[in-house]
Parts: sequence; structure tokens; C-alpha cells
Amino acid sequence: MPDIVVVDDLSKTYPNGHSALAGVSLAIREGEILALLGPNGAGKSTLISTICGIVTATSGTVTVGGHDTRTAFRAARSLIGLVPQELTIEPFETVRATVEFSRGLFGKPPAPAVVERVLRDLSLWDRRDSQIRTLSGGMKRRVMIAKALAHEPRILFLDEPTAGVDVELRRDMWAVVRRLADTGVTIILTTHYIEEAEAIAERVGVIAKGRILLVEDKDQLMQKLGQKELRVELQTAVPALPAEIAREGLSLSEDGGTVIYVYDRRGERTGITRLLSDLAAAGLTLRDISTRQSSLEDIFVDLVKENT
Amino acid sequence: MNWYAVRAIYRYEMARTARTLTQSVISPVLSTVLYFVVFGAAIGQRIDQVEGIDYGSFIVPGLIMLSLLTQAVSNASFGIFFPKFVGTIYELLSAPVSHWEIVLGYVGAAATKALVIGVIILATAGLFVELRIAHPFAMIAFLLLTCITFALLGFVIGIVAGNFEQLQLVPLLIITPMVFLGGSFYSISMLPPFWQTVTLFNPVVYLISGFRWSFYEVADVNVAVSFGMILLFLALCITAIWWIFRTGYKIRS
Ligand SMILES: Nc1ncnc2c1ncn2[C@@H]1O[C@H](COP(=O)(O)OP(=O)(O)O)[C@@H](O)[C@H]1O
Ligand SMILES: [Mg+2]
Repeated sequence: MPDIVVVDDLSKTYPNGHSALAGVSLAIREGEILALLGPNGAGKSTLISTICGIVTATSGTVTVGGHDTRTAFRAARSLIGLVPQELTIEPFETVRATVEFSRGLFGKPPAPAVVERVLRDLSLWDRRDSQIRTLSGGMKRRVMIAKALAHEPRILFLDEPTAGVDVELRRDMWAVVRRLADTGVTIILTTHYIEEAEAIAERVGVIAKGRILLVEDKDQLMQKLGQKELRVELQTAVPALPAEIAREGLSLSEDGGTVIYVYDRRGERTGITRLLSDLAAAGLTLRDISTRQSSLEDIFVDLVKENT
Repeated sequence: MNWYAVRAIYRYEMARTARTLTQSVISPVLSTVLYFVVFGAAIGQRIDQVEGIDYGSFIVPGLIMLSLLTQAVSNASFGIFFPKFVGTIYELLSAPVSHWEIVLGYVGAAATKALVIGVIILATAGLFVELRIAHPFAMIAFLLLTCITFALLGFVIGIVAGNFEQLQLVPLLIITPMVFLGGSFYSISMLPPFWQTVTLFNPVVYLISGFRWSFYEVADVNVAVSFGMILLFLALCITAIWWIFRTGYKIRS
């Protein structure tokens, strides 16, 4: 798939001297759902704001659909819809008016049918004539998404779309994101919730301290970096692990019924064969064996620890 | 040129006026009528003609200018300050609009509002005194140029202002005194010579003088000088905005 957004060696130092982006390069593929995962202050919002034209880069370039965001800003920005992190929205306008406003601002002629579809997709149609200040926080967030979609962008940036949002709304948002992705819209979302990246992203970029640490297909990332956990259920519980089988990564569950072994799949040897034979030699009878892939969260914590 | 964007901003701003109709239209009209009653009818009865014109008629151009200036400045400054204040400016900054399209939308709307109010006040004044407009085209030109120039000034103020106080202080502390001391209610020639000279540093003097000339053909300064001054002021405001956008001052980080 061709790259629809190409960020090349982008740096941003804020006027107060704080370096929020330090040479970020990133290629976003057309039609994908990319999650940018990183702790608070990592530079996620700065990266998105720079791509969208709100923050001026100190150095580096960004192209969107092949258009440089500085020299061909009109062509580049027309392709983009942005939902910023903060809930900032004109309180006194009606839902429909503000969505129509956004469409016009992005250079599109009025299209009541498009506006209606966007509002219906976000379950806002019934509130179309309400003043925005009368809506709940979750509804306001939907309005912000509707505004970002009003001009039918090819790329949608969602900056922490579900921060401070209840579970139900989060599910709804994910459904909206998937539906959009099905129509071919490229989606980039930032989050510091691992489950979010895990639940909806196809690729995950990890960012910390203004640097992209890696960008990987989510499944590969988890396979490649994941630690696995081997759980060996014993026929009869033991009070403690026999001293002769002790090794790194090995522990006993609280009830003494399961031996837990954490190993690195990337390692040359996982030590599983050895462990199993040692268990047998120690006279322990096995009832069942299972393995568990570590979650993105574990991976993420490791990565950030290694790089900071 | 992204005309849809200009139109969107313009309509949004006009809708804001409609939402706050009392505040944006009725109150300037009402206060002007009060000025009129007090200065024109009550006090004016005891004042002789000024430069051969009834006092009530004499003050009409100045009264219109007073409203025009304050309205143009406060509408444009609030218009651009508000998105900055609530954060919705992100949308303007991320949209495929050029700076001048943004200016056109906001300044166009503020100038329109000021113009409408000016015309309403003119019509209202016609109910109280006899009006004569000797040079209607010059009058319209002054009206338009003033609306645009001061809306541009308001736009600059709205961008520079860091809070609501600063936003309101400029019109209150600078515009209003300039208009009052700019010959709205008297002829400059009525002042002692020293103050006549001081007054010439007040740009509003040139506006009011030129505007009044287009009604009654009496002027404190030559009408060509008046036109020149307003064009100069217009150029200054455009330069200020050009500089703000070029540097991203107080807009883009
Ligand atoms: N306008 C600004 N001026 C100065 N520093 C800023 C500004 N915006 C963000 N920062 C700093 O830049 C860093 C990255 O911020 P941000 O991009 O918001 O991170 P994230 O979205 O990943 O939480 C933070 O340390 C933050 O304090
Ligand atoms: Mg952020």
C-alpha cells in the first residue's frame, strides 16, 4: 500500500526551549489504522498538531497525499480531518450549524445529505438542532468527530479520542473508527491506553520523549517482542518449589498448584524442554500446560524502560 | 481562493450577531438615540449653529462615527479572540484557508455589522433632525473605509489581547476618547489654538471631518487629507496583520 502521510526527520522545539519532537520519521500507509502509543508528554499531540498545521515545525518535512504541508498546504490539509485532544467546541452553536461550518471551512460546497449521514453515523441526528452547550461530554466529543468528518477527509487524526470517556462510549467510538476504516479512511489515533491500541490498531507506533521507538504491525510486534508465560498445572499442589529446579523466571502460584515460567520467545533457547524434564526429574506430575502471550502493555512498559 | 471558507466564517460571525441581537444592534442604536436626545435636543437648543449648521444636525456624522468605530473594533476583536480563548482556533489553523481568507471572513463580517449599525443610526437620526447629504458617494466611501479599517484594527487587537480585560480596554480607553476628542460634538475651530494643534494628532479627527464634509461641506481639515489619512491607517492595519501572520505571533506555536 502506498504511504499517504510521510513524516521526515521532524523536530519541534517550543519557544521555551523544550524539545517535544527530536527527529521523527514515520510513514503512514493508506487505509490503515495506526495507533501512536506513548506516555503523557511523549510528543504525540505535538506530532499530530505539526502534521495538521497547528504547530510550526522547527525542522523536517511532512507530506500528505504527496503534498508538502508547508508549500502545498491547501491540498494537504483538505485531505485531513482532526479531532484534537482537548474538548474545544463553540458552545452556543447548534450541532448541525457547527458541522456545516467545518465543511465550508475545508472548502467543500454545502451538502445536506453528507452532513446528515455524518450526524446519523455518530448518533447525533436527533440532537442536530440542540445548542452544543446542552450536550453531555461524550456527545460533545462526537460532535468534534462529526466536524472532523464533515468534509469527507481521507485521513482522520484522533488525538486521545477516548481519554476520560466511559466504557460504552469508547466501544461506540471504536465501532465508528472501524466503520470509517472500512470505507478506506486512514486513521491515526494517539493513546496512552494500551487496550485501545490493542483493540483497534493494525499497526502500532511507540513514541517516547519525542522519538519514535518503533512502528510495527500489531500482531508482529506482539509476537516479536512478547514474553510468553508457560503455566504448568501440577497434579498435586506443592508447598514450595524444589530447590534443584529453581531458575530465573520461575515461580509458584499462591495455591502451590501451578508452576509459572516466564520466558522470552526471542531468546536462542527458551529453556522449556529443560524445565519440563527437570520437573519430571523432581518427581512432579503434570496435569496440564498452557502458554500466554504477553499483552502490548507488557511490551510497552519494557520498551519505554529500555529507552529512557 | 477558498470562498466556501470565507463564507463559512462570515456566516458564522453574522449568526453570532443574530444570537446576540440586543447586545450587538439594539444597544448601540439605543445609546446613540440617548446621545441625540441629550446633546442634540436638550443641550443643542441652547447652542447656536456651528459653522452655519444646526447643532443637532452637526453632531450626526460624529455620532455615526462613534458607533461605527467602536462596533467595528469590538466585533472584529471579539470574533477572533473568542476562538483563541475557547480553543476552537485549532480548526481555523488546520483548515485549508490562507490567512487573508480568515481576515476576509472576520473583518468582512465585523465591517458589515458596523455598516448596518451606521445606516440604522443614520436613519434614526433622520427622525430627529433634518439631514442633508451633499456628497453621497464620498459619504459611502468614508463609511466603508472606516468600517473596514477599524475592523482590521479590531482583528489585530483580538489577536494581541491575552484576556478579556485587554480586549475591552482598548476600545474603552483609546477608541472612545479619540472619538469624543475628535470633534464629534464640536468643531475643532472652537478649541484654543494649542488644543487645535494637539487634536491634529488624533486620527479620528480626519475621519469625522471628512465624513461631516460629505454631509454639509464643512470640514476641519481638507477632505483630501482626510481620505489620505484613512488610507494610511488602512495600510498600517494591513501591515500589522501581515506581520502577525508572517511571524505567527500569538497564533501558531
Ligand atoms: N505550547 C507548548 N509550549 C511548550 N511546551 C509544550 C507545548 N506543548 C507541549 N509542550 C511540551 O512538549 C512535550 C510534549 O507534549 P505533547 O505533544 O502534548 O505530548 P503528549 O500528547 O504525548 O502527551 C511535553 O513535555 C509538553 O509539556
Ligand atoms: Mg497529547
